[in-house]
Amino acid sequence: MKVKRILEVRDLHAGIDGREILKGIDLTVNAGEVHAIMGPNGSGKSTFSQVLAGRDTYAITHGEILFEGKNIIDMPPEDRAAEGIFMAFQYPVEIPGVKNNYFLKTALNSIRKHRGEPELDAMDFLSVLKEKMKTLKIDESFANRAVNYGFSGGEKKRNEILQMAVLDPKLAIMDETDSGLDIDALKIVAGGVNSLRGPDRAIVVITHYQRLLNYIVPDIVHVLMDGRIIRTGGKELALELEEEGYEEINNGAAQ
Amino acid sequence: MSVETYKNTFRDLEKTLRGVGPAWVHSLRKRGLEKFLKHGFPTLRNEEWRFTRIKPLADAVFVPTTPSRTGGEAAGGEAAGAVAAVGADEIVARTFGDEGCRRLVFVDGHFAPELSRIDDLPEGILLGSLNEALQTHPDLVRPYLGELADVESQPFAALNTAFLHDGALVYLLGNVSLQDPIHVVFVSGGNEGTVSYPRTLVVAGRNSHATVIESYFGLKDGAYFTNAVSEIVCGENAEVRHCKLQRESESAFHVAMQHARIEHNGRFATENISVGGGLVRNDVVSILDGSGIDCRVDGLYLGTRRQHIDNHTFIRHAKPHCYSLEVYKGILSGKARGVFNGKIYVDPGAQKTDSKQSNNCILLSEDARVNTNPQLEIFADDVRCTHGATVGQLDEDAVFYLRSRGIPTGLSRDMLVYAFAAEVIERINVGRVRERLQHDLYDWLAGNPNG
Repeated sequence: MKVKRILEVRDLHAGIDGREILKGIDLTVNAGEVHAIMGPNGSGKSTFSQVLAGRDTYAITHGEILFEGKNIIDMPPEDRAAEGIFMAFQYPVEIPGVKNNYFLKTALNSIRKHRGEPELDAMDFLSVLKEKMKTLKIDESFANRAVNYGFSGGEKKRNEILQMAVLDPKLAIMDETDSGLDIDALKIVAGGVNSLRGPDRAIVVITHYQRLLNYIVPDIVHVLMDGRIIRTGGKELALELEEEGYEEINNGAAQ
Repeated sequence: MSVETYKNTFRDLEKTLRGVGPAWVHSLRKRGLEKFLKHGFPTLRNEEWRFTRIKPLADAVFVPTTPSRTGGEAAGGEAAGAVAAVGADEIVARTFGDEGCRRLVFVDGHFAPELSRIDDLPEGILLGSLNEALQTHPDLVRPYLGELADVESQPFAALNTAFLHDGALVYLLGNVSLQDPIHVVFVSGGNEGTVSYPRTLVVAGRNSHATVIESYFGLKDGAYFTNAVSEIVCGENAEVRHCKLQRESESAFHVAMQHARIEHNGRFATENISVGGGLVRNDVVSILDGSGIDCRVDGLYLGTRRQHIDNHTFIRHAKPHCYSLEVYKGILSGKARGVFNGKIYVDPGAQKTDSKQSNNCILLSEDARVNTNPQLEIFADDVRCTHGATVGQLDEDAVFYLRSRGIPTGLSRDMLVYAFAAEVIERINVGRVRERLQHDLYDWLAGNPNG
């Protein structure tokens, strides 16, 4: 069976205010795979996910990001979303005054419009939303609450997963989805991500800690240090990291 | 120079004015004129007016239209023409769908019964033209008319009082409740060089309850002048919900003084929504004159091109155990200028006062400006008072968040501006007004690209 390549990053260099943060990243992700990118604070994890999602405060100085074979470096974030890229934010933004259901309907219809598909009316959208909420065991009250406004940390992360489910991306990047969650919330969020695994979708989980990977078991683990991927391995690499720490791995890689 | 014009106009109209209401009303007028002539128009040297230059208003000549419906004379003809030009549809189009609301309409300050709806009133409510009430119920009106409007220190309150001839009266006796909102509409014909003096008196007796919406708009975009005064008395344990929608023409001058007094355990909420007008000044004064009062003072102002919008608010906690919350939000684009001055004054005896104030402003363009000045004057020692002000652009993190979900840049920005305004819009207790404003805000944003 032919492997479908979703994301290919080639020698990516990026930074902010003239300071280079990503110093040559290479990464290939295929459909159906779950990759974990692990790294300590300041290794460039969040920069990498923001750059993939199209944040223009970072300057890309070298390299390519190919999404389904197409270079997306100059593509604005909304077009990337329409093409099928989704990033779950480490710190989801609160938007008082805009209800979740309106926000999600606007997002989904913007994407459908971009793709030349008919927009969903309120009724059709609501049935999509209700179905997704049911699958993810999310309370229906979420729909009528203002986007992330007054949400607990766990609720915000679950709301990200709900958005992901509704927008149905080909590539989902989870930026430190585990940060700030207690174990129960973590299990719920991980359960949501697992329910969205599938042969057509690629997921990149970015995290500092191995803990999350007990619940979202990756196919491939990468270690990011100082803007470069220094090691790649199977899921056992995460355990090794947990035991030995980033410094040891880094020294090992250097030898 | 122009102060003289008002003096002359007063002299010309005095005979007519004297005929409206009992002698004490005319004494009010004469006192108003005297104070206005004494102080004249405020200048930038006046602390309360230092960011709002009203020289263009002071220098221009404005003549009131008279209520004559028959005369072919210039001013009278204009008023009559204006009434004919305002259809019921026009009012809905320029304000909100007020079906089911009782409605009082004034054209250039004169009551227009044919456009009003005041039938089927429950017992204990007086609703209609002030002019008429001064004939039929002068003793009911007398204790309140002019009680609150500060002619001594506010020249525009004095000017309005000098030309007091008609206006809206909403009077609820004790224990009366009116569920449907009362819509008071002040339409200006909008002709260049005309002035109107809208006056509103709301008296809510003990345990009564009412919602009053004041709307202001102009039919034409002349440089006309609206000088409004609203006096509101919220009696003991009464609840008054008040909202003002200002959509004057963009060349118009709109200077409005609102004075409310709230009594023991009263609940008062007012939202001041300012969309139109070229030069706009609102003074919103709320006196918490009893204990156990709950008072909300909110405002939203939109400015674009060269609009100048000045909001001065004053909340006085005169008695202990009262709560007040004030949220003002501004959205400015083009070369618009905003001014916010919010004063909270706590009397020596007003212990356990709990008062919060915030003014937040978003500037959508390089050339938009705002001056914001919160002031606390506290003379009691056991109180909680806070204030805060922010001025800024849209949060780029939030814009990116929405764009990353597939929403185009322009719409993302509009949604965030909308979200910013929503806190105030959602305070309005009439659903149809909220919906209309939401709609209008998107229209406004469409006309003011901020991407």
